Parts: sequence; structure tokens; C-alpha cells
Amino acid sequence: MFRVELGKAARRWRTWALALVLGAIPALFVLALVLSPPASGDDGPPFMVQTLRNGLFAPLVALVLLQPFFLPLTAGLLSGDAIAGESSAGTLRYLLVRPVGRTRLILAKYASVMALLGLLLAWVLVVGLVVGTIAFDLRPLATLSGTTVGVGPALARIAGSAAYVLAGVAGLAAVGLFISTLTESGPGATVATVAFAIVSQILGALSSLEVLHPYLLNTHWLAFVELLRSPVAAAPMLRGLAVFAAYTVVFLGAACLVLGRRDVHS
Amino acid sequence: MTAALVLRGLTKRYADLAAVDGLDLTVEAGTLYGFLGPNGAGKTTTIRMLLGLVHPTGGTMEVLGAPIGAAQLRRIGALVEEPAFWRYLSGGRNLEYFARAAGPSGDRRDRLGRVDEVLGQVGLADAGGKKVKAYSQGMRQRLGIARALLGRPDVLVLDEPTNGLDPQGMREVRLLLRRLADGGTTVFVSSHLLGEVESMCDRVGVLARGRLVAEGSPAQLRGSGDRLRIDVDDPAGARRLLGGMAGLALGAHGDGARTGAGAGAGTLRVHLAAPATAAAVNAALVAGGVAVSALVPERERLEDVFLELTGPEP
Repeated sequence: MFRVELGKAARRWRTWALALVLGAIPALFVLALVLSPPASGDDGPPFMVQTLRNGLFAPLVALVLLQPFFLPLTAGLLSGDAIAGESSAGTLRYLLVRPVGRTRLILAKYASVMALLGLLLAWVLVVGLVVGTIAFDLRPLATLSGTTVGVGPALARIAGSAAYVLAGVAGLAAVGLFISTLTESGPGATVATVAFAIVSQILGALSSLEVLHPYLLNTHWLAFVELLRSPVAAAPMLRGLAVFAAYTVVFLGAACLVLGRRDVHS
Repeated sequence: MTAALVLRGLTKRYADLAAVDGLDLTVEAGTLYGFLGPNGAGKTTTIRMLLGLVHPTGGTMEVLGAPIGAAQLRRIGALVEEPAFWRYLSGGRNLEYFARAAGPSGDRRDRLGRVDEVLGQVGLADAGGKKVKAYSQGMRQRLGIARALLGRPDVLVLDEPTNGLDPQGMREVRLLLRRLADGGTTVFVSSHLLGEVESMCDRVGVLARGRLVAEGSPAQLRGSGDRLRIDVDDPAGARRLLGGMAGLALGAHGDGARTGAGAGAGTLRVHLAAPATAAAVNAALVAGGVAVSALVPERERLEDVFLELTGPEP
């Protein structure tokens, strides 16, 4: 079922449109930097510009831009549609009578959503790296702590950041899949999932609700910046991973329960 | 013979409404069974319960000798209401993916060979590469039947399989189902098309308000004996003359004045059983001075039986 899902995605126009849009983000960022003339003399902060004009920086900026908005949107689209889309197309009943077990269907759908998100994220990093390298070359990366790391270790840190970003969106994808089992409308489930992410970010912005913050997904989303410090502080990311894992387990479990007990009338 | 499907007291309740209400039904292996009923009688709900899509409120189901589960579903091919597909994929690709969805399915060449085979069986051999969104309704219906055949099932459960087909297509599907049943496959077909069921099925069950109200071969359901339509110039006189005749029952309905005939002319419908014959009826009427303008044997139609059985509650 997992491979069937990937095959379906590969033959779907939507997947390629997503890749195009997400790939445009780092490309546009680099283009904007190329077009803005390098600051000369004492007009601008040359250090900042020097830092930005590095092929390694484009994928990092892409991660920061993707995390709060485009990635939740993509995760909502893919996961919200996962069950509800099959339901509204009528193919859900034909899958279940093959038979594809209901729990297996949920897990295969979730795995394929995460695989697609991972592939899209990798694609964005590759586009950023390639375009950035063409425009600015690769240079040792300046960390937030003021030190620099070589190109090789910097690439490893970027890959680690991407993996953490993907883990962060895994919790949201599980929420989306759960919502997807509740409705027969794919777009409805997508909107609800994105709304969940937005509300969660609003809650995260309200300082009066500070007690809630440790339990929100988005509180931990940007903790990968720890990987850009020297030395790396692992604790915030470990806390984040624990929260992501909890969301994933709870909502996937709920999705399995709901679909397992539900009468399929669609 | 062994039973392919056994339903006992099968019930599905929604709030206070029973869609299926204590349904008892047995389908012997290798029969072509017609499941008839008006819209809303509970046919689709029954089929969805049979396939494990809807959970029964009560009762038991056995498919091929065991409660419904993954092992049973592997031996069932199904078409449930509309044939639904991934519209952005070709017909052949749809079948391939549905075949693969249930798990490791062996050699890729075998699988694709089977896809071509079932496409050929439903007359879509040339359309397998076309995207489903470009299919006509009839083609989608055929593809739905092809998908049901994919796993060489022992039991076929088909909900309105000839929906959307032209007369030629309907005939082809009927012949295909007949051939499968003759080859030992149990075929369970729901329909509201009486003619179709009558001409094709070995057995017919009639569902109304969630219960089985009649079951038997089409001939049994139509009932025994012949019906006779008699056009006469004096229906009242004819009634009097025929009233005491042995083996003859005057129809309660169908009497009435005919337009276009002389004043007072009308039609009588009678049921004949031995010793009454059409010739004797004619002789009696003519001897009594009633002019007979037509004497037409009529077979009772399944439609009449069906309407009588499934009509509104008295």
C-alpha cells in the first residue's frame, strides 16, 4: 500500500506543482540577494552580507521560511486529503474490501505523507544549495556563536536541521490524518489541519498562555537553530522531539480508532 | 451444495430506523442470486455489511463458511454502488494499484497479465491506457466489474452491475456473469431491474423494508397457472357466466371498460387452473350469448409480484 501511495503521488500533477512552488522559495531568496547590490563601504553591514552571500545559507533560510508556513500548509494538504480524499472519491471502500486493513491503511498513508514531505524538503535543500553555490560559492559557515565551521560539517548540520524540521511536521501530519478520518471532504480536512497549526501558533504567541507553550508543536519547531551554535545544545531539540513524538503517537492512535470503528458509507 | 453466504437475523439500525431488519438469507455456492428491492429497501446496507464496511447492529454473517474477515474478503470481488477510481490514473494502472494495495502480490508480470485479462473480459482491452476521467459511465462500470474479477474471486458481490450500460453492454455483462456462475463462482447481484434478474438469475430474493419478503426461482415467484385476458361486449354477463366455473378465478383487478369498443364492452382477467381451459371459457361465453372479441393468454409478470410484495405497507 505504501508503494502504491508513492506511485499514485508520482503520477499526480499536484505533487509536481508542490515541488515547483516549494523549490521556488530558495531560488527566489538567492535571486533577491543577487539583485540587491553588495553593500559597499560603510553603507551596510558588510559582515551580514558576507554571511548571507554563501551557498550554504540558502538552504538554511529556506528551512526557516518553510517551517512556520509552507511546510504546515503542505503537511495539511497531504495528510488532510489522505483518508478524506479516498472517502470522497469513493475509492476508500474499494481499498478496504481488497482488503487493506484499516490500521494498515492509516499507517501506510502516514508513511507515504511523511516520505513525500521528506522528499519535498530534500528537494528544497538541494535547490537552495545548487542555486546558492552557483551564485555565491560555498564558504565555511558562520555560526550564531561567532565561530565558523567548514563546508563538510556545515552540510551535516544543515541535514540535521532538515531532519528536525521534518520531525516537527510529523506531529502535524498525524493531526491532519486524524482529522482526515472524521470527514469526507479532503479540502475541509486540509483547512482544519492548517487552522490547527495557525491556532497553535497564535497560542504560542500569547505570553499569558505560557503554561501551554511547552506542549505546543510550534514552540519547538525552530529549535534546530541550536545546530547552528557551537557547541550545540541538544536539550531544547530533545524536548521538541519528545513533544513531536507524543503528538504523532496520540493522533495516529486516534485516527486508527476512529477509522477502525466507523461505518464506511462513502 | 454448500452455502456461500449465510445471513441470520442481520440487523442494522440507524437511530430508531432499521435499514436492515432481521434479514435471513442463504446463497448456495455456484448460484447466480438476484437481490431485488426498491430503492431504500436495504440492499446496499446489506452488501456493505457483507463486505465489512458497515458494522451490523445485530445478527450473524458467514461468508464461505466463516465470519467475514481478511481471509474471506480476499475471495470476494465487489462492486458497491458507483465504481470509483483514481481519476488521474489510467484504467489499467488503477487495476494494478488495487491489485497491489492488499499486499505483496507476487510477480509483476503475472499481475499485469491478469490486469490485461480482466480488461479483455469486460471489453476494455483497448482502453486500459486511457485515464479514467476520460471514461464514459459505461466504461467505468465495466472497469468496476473488471476490478471485482481481479483476484479470481469465489464470490462476486455486485451492486447494480449493469448501471449505465447500453443494451449491448448489459447483455455482455449478463452473459459474463452467467458464464462465471456456470464455472462455479457464486454471483450475488443486487438490482432494481426486474427483467434483468428474471432473465439471468437462478434464484431471486426480494427485499422490502429491510426484510426478505419472498425468495425462489423466477418461475416460482411468478407463481403457477396462466392468466387469460378476455375482451367481451358484456363484462357483467361474462362474470355471471364464468362465476361458477371450476378451476377459474376471476381477477380482482384489470377489469374495466375498453375505449374504442362498443358501449358496455370491457375486459376481464381470469386465472386458469385445471380443469378450466381457455377453450372451455370461450365455449361457455359464446353459449351464454356473450360476444368474445379477444382471448389472450398472459403470463404473470415478475413486476406485478414485485409491486405487490414491496408496495406501501397496508
